[in-house]
Amino acid sequence: MKISGKVVVYNHDNVSTDQIIPGQYGYIQDMKEMAEHALEGADRTLRDRLRTVGSIFVAGNNFGCGSSREFAVIVLIESGVKAVVVKSAARIWYRNAVNLGLPVLFCPTLPDSIAEGAEVEIDLEKGTVLNVTTGAVHQGEPPSEFIIGMYKEGGIKPLMRKKALERSQKKERAGD
Amino acid sequence: MTATAMHAVHKILAAAAGRDHVRPGEIVTARVDLAGINDVYLIAVRSFREMLGTKVWDPGKVYIFLDHNTPASDLKVAEAQKAFREFAGEQGCHLIEINEGIGHNLLPERGLARPGSVIVITDSHTPIHGAYGAFATGLGATDIAAVLIDGSTWFRVPDVVNVRLTGKPGAGIMAKDAALCILGRLGTDFGAYRVIEFSGPVVEALSMEERTVLTVMATEMGAKSAFIKPDRTTIDDVKGHTNEPFTVHETDPGFRYAAEYEFDLTGLKPQVALPHSVDNVRNVEDVEGIQIDQVFVGSCTGGKSRDIEAVAKALAGKKVASGTRLVVTMATRETVRQAIRKGHYQILLDAGASITSPGCGACSGLLGGIVAAHEKCLSTANRNFPGRMGGSVEAEVYLASPLTAAATAVAGKLTSPERP
Ligand code: SF4
Repeated sequence: MKISGKVVVYNHDNVSTDQIIPGQYGYIQDMKEMAEHALEGADRTLRDRLRTVGSIFVAGNNFGCGSSREFAVIVLIESGVKAVVVKSAARIWYRNAVNLGLPVLFCPTLPDSIAEGAEVEIDLEKGTVLNVTTGAVHQGEPPSEFIIGMYKEGGIKPLMRKKALERSQKKERAGD
Repeated sequence: MTATAMHAVHKILAAAAGRDHVRPGEIVTARVDLAGINDVYLIAVRSFREMLGTKVWDPGKVYIFLDHNTPASDLKVAEAQKAFREFAGEQGCHLIEINEGIGHNLLPERGLARPGSVIVITDSHTPIHGAYGAFATGLGATDIAAVLIDGSTWFRVPDVVNVRLTGKPGAGIMAKDAALCILGRLGTDFGAYRVIEFSGPVVEALSMEERTVLTVMATEMGAKSAFIKPDRTTIDDVKGHTNEPFTVHETDPGFRYAAEYEFDLTGLKPQVALPHSVDNVRNVEDVEGIQIDQVFVGSCTGGKSRDIEAVAKALAGKKVASGTRLVVTMATRETVRQAIRKGHYQILLDAGASITSPGCGACSGLLGGIVAAHEKCLSTANRNFPGRMGGSVEAEVYLASPLTAAATAVAGKLTSPERP
């Protein structure tokens, strides 16, 4: 799986889900409307930069720490983010990203050495990020086969739908 | 060939996966004993339908907790809670209504946090139930929706680290001080993707409630889950709340922890985490005197019966300082009952506290004591990220023990608890 685009860089550690989407917006049921507040608790300009500069979001260590809110992935997807490259990410946030089909790469060297707007090409299986602008290749941690499999399915929803359809087909075949 | 030694947590996962053996790093599919959703995540119901779910796999094992925003603070919340009631009615699963309190504290009251069980809830503080020897972890809403359909989920088998607490902590020191001390030294991600086990003589001497303060704070240490080896205290407590059977798994001798840390708590001073990070920890006495606008006593971490008792005893015959407000949100209805029975409720009222209905309250920043920009709040809860206690990222949240909270409420400024 290859993903390319320009980067928006917020090279800070411990960006919490409270900062990605503050708790008081959690009851908004329209995700587009919720996404208007994406990353508001971190930096209010980020939401616009994701619209105008690029679609690959870059951050530091322990990204997405704090509450389990899945909205902290959804608002990024709704803001047009195609992939996230971080030094490391908190577990629940990462798991939510996998489930919702948002590719995440752990790459400790990239955030410190890339400028906003640079063009990159991510090779998920290899775990690499190519800085197209400078030609530098950054080696990250390739996700496990299981995770890549989830991404290829588009996340857990399509996977579960497939399972449900298989179940109902089996039932039909079983007779009556 | 001998199989590698397993940790108790690995045995729980192996049993739940129908296997004899699991190894850290491998991915297993494990069946779940309890799945919970709290009122912030109606999106779980939406995902359930999107994944063509019709019936939950086992309504007796599904809990919906209306605990984060209760009673409803506005129309959107009211609509979401209504939808949850309808879903619970249609599925026949458990619904914890708005008068009951925080789900995490209700599980032990009902004997639902048991050794050997696998618990998944749409809440990052789910590792709290490791205090009872369960494997418990937080999942996202869509993850839980898949569990509602299948009754199982995937886990990467985690490594385990051991944090041993030794020494003789003095009077005025609570489990919260120990947890903050660990965070101050080891930071917020040493537990990432791992289970943190708390062990040692200090842990063994703690009550179940105090043990849960360690396991709930494991979330702030980045942990996937937490664990305390079940002992007499655990087993008596669980049997006092349920007749359901449970299995106590033992860690094999020779099991190798991914890391081991020891903290000698002799001479530990009361601890405080300064804004805006849980690991920004100091001795209270080194930063004493900071003016505090609001003291919040509450949450699954610091609003339990023992916490309320500690605060009430410290406030007896005293008043909250003028210029400072004290908001108390007890964890559950049972906590309130006990506070009334023991006279603590009266003491708190007389001291000048605002007492809200039980639930998460101001901890989640949704209602019940939101803090304005540039105000300082000392809280007995568990996290102090920017924006945690309401909309303003400029509000400053300090974290400390209930005893430090009581002393601070009386003085109106950050103050160490009295030493006897
Ligand atoms: S009290 Fe706070 S930490 Fe505990 S479950 Fe509620 S919001 Fe989460």
